[in-house]
Amino acid sequence: MSPLVRRLSGVLAQRSGQALGVGLVVSVLCWLAVQRLPGDAAYRIAAGRYGHDLVTTSSAEAVRAELGLDRPAWQQLLAWLAAVPRLDLGESMVTSRPVVTELGHHLVGTLQLAAAALVVAALIGVPLGLLAARRPGGLLDRVTIAWVASVRALPPFLLGLLLVVLFSVHLGLLPAAGDGTPASLVLPATTLGAGLSGLVARMTRDVVVEVRASEYVGFARTKGLPDGGVTRRHVVRNAAVALVPYLGAQAILLVEGVVVVESLFAWNGLGHALVHAVFWRDVPVLQGTALVLGLVVVAINTAVDLAVVWLDPRPRNRGAAA
Amino acid sequence: MSLAPLLQSDPAPTGGHPAAPGRRTAGRTVRALSAVTLLALVGFALAGPVLLADPAQQDLSRFLEPPTLAEPLGRDDFGRSVLARLAHATRLSLVLAALSVATALLLGTLTGLLAGWRGGWVDAVLRGISEAFVALPALLIVLLFAALAAGGSLWTLYVGLALAQWVEYFRVVRARSARVLATPAVEASRLLRLGPLHVVRRHLLPELRGTLATLASLGMVTAILAMSTLGFVKVGLQPPRTELGLMVTEAFPHYDTAPWMALAPVAVLFLLTVALLGLRRTEVTR
Repeated sequence: MSPLVRRLSGVLAQRSGQALGVGLVVSVLCWLAVQRLPGDAAYRIAAGRYGHDLVTTSSAEAVRAELGLDRPAWQQLLAWLAAVPRLDLGESMVTSRPVVTELGHHLVGTLQLAAAALVVAALIGVPLGLLAARRPGGLLDRVTIAWVASVRALPPFLLGLLLVVLFSVHLGLLPAAGDGTPASLVLPATTLGAGLSGLVARMTRDVVVEVRASEYVGFARTKGLPDGGVTRRHVVRNAAVALVPYLGAQAILLVEGVVVVESLFAWNGLGHALVHAVFWRDVPVLQGTALVLGLVVVAINTAVDLAVVWLDPRPRNRGAAA
Repeated sequence: MSLAPLLQSDPAPTGGHPAAPGRRTAGRTVRALSAVTLLALVGFALAGPVLLADPAQQDLSRFLEPPTLAEPLGRDDFGRSVLARLAHATRLSLVLAALSVATALLLGTLTGLLAGWRGGWVDAVLRGISEAFVALPALLIVLLFAALAAGGSLWTLYVGLALAQWVEYFRVVRARSARVLATPAVEASRLLRLGPLHVVRRHLLPELRGTLATLASLGMVTAILAMSTLGFVKVGLQPPRTELGLMVTEAFPHYDTAPWMALAPVAVLFLLTVALLGLRRTEVTR
């Protein structure tokens, strides 16, 4: 087996283990939530099936026997866990629609918002970082530091409120809520993107300064390569090796931000659905949304790992020792 | 939380930037300012609830009263004193955040030491568990726990916040302790039969203390913000309990007539996070 294949399969094995762990933690917590719901689950399900007027003790007992609600708790947990890989996530307790179809709808909304936010973060952060890297310690550099600190200290929901007050209430330029129209995407994406942009700027600046000062860049210049060639062939790729894993770490921030920003702006997405599911104790939807959000984080990190393997062909310490 | 290790002067910078001395004094000023702000907020949170009026006492005839000398932040839509409510909310945030961070720190450090020390299957199992938690954002874990109990339970919020954060400590302690335990110094003290307690106290803790303090102040920020975010989206603590995020939500409909009501909790949240981050900064850039 070539070293590259071994590294790739190592990454995939580790990340699928992580995905399995996410599924287990989320499912067990959701199962506990179901166990703690008030009332008798058999009666509730019977009411959903036959209508509230037709629920009798015998029909509830029939449901109990059919769904195995009279089995010991650990057997029910195993059955619950076994349903997850079959994508049998049940039906929403509020809308009675299958969770899987609802998830598909919400996922599109969340991905739209996340992509727009990443674009905003990159548009603000990368140029700011590159400009700040020109003169480390200069005025612009210090402005970036202040920007990073203030953006970090303002949680997304406060930043969002601020933008709503400014642009919707006082200036009346943009809608504060709604969905679908491109205009209603602007404020949520800016809220999320601004929060991420500070860190992107900082990281870009640090990496570029470090790579510029490195010996191989100095050597490339000495050997007479033009500036553009040095930037393209040496600075960008080496900076990417440090920047790309950092993007993976941002995925968690992005998902947290999505939960908050979607609720604030009533954007139809996974985060909005998740908060509503907690509010209504709609456990099937809760499980579905939490699973998808956790798996999105794992998926982003897997993509990042694979990108690093491709960008950085040097063997890792662990790989070299093994 | 001890401020001493964070406030002591940092060692000479390794980078050798020309701007280093100026930045160092600037860093010290920032940290001193942060410490003063934090102490003022802690003092307000501790003394306020004792000195001020009952935050739940309503006086509907004084509905949305503007700030006066006797009532510096005015009264809310139920005629309750905003200042008294703010003091209670700040205390709740600080105490709950400190408790959850302390629990996470203890749990993470103990499991990290165990994994680093024993290695083998113990390490593998603990690392497997931690991997799953790493992929789950803190807010998601706290939300899942919020669904476990009836709305507004302090207990689930505490457990959720602690469980969401232990992984960071676990990962740091495990990685560092594995490295320290392999040093000749530790091997010597093992040969001298000085016992595991000695190794932990003399070799591991001095190495870990700075990082753990930094992580803890960052964890306080995470916990306070997560709490207020949950309150803001109305799935955290429930009224009539006073909580910073909840206060923002409750005040927002009255933004036109009584902007001070929304601004007060926002200002406290902002100052708390800035002060906690200000304490941390230099530790990380070092």
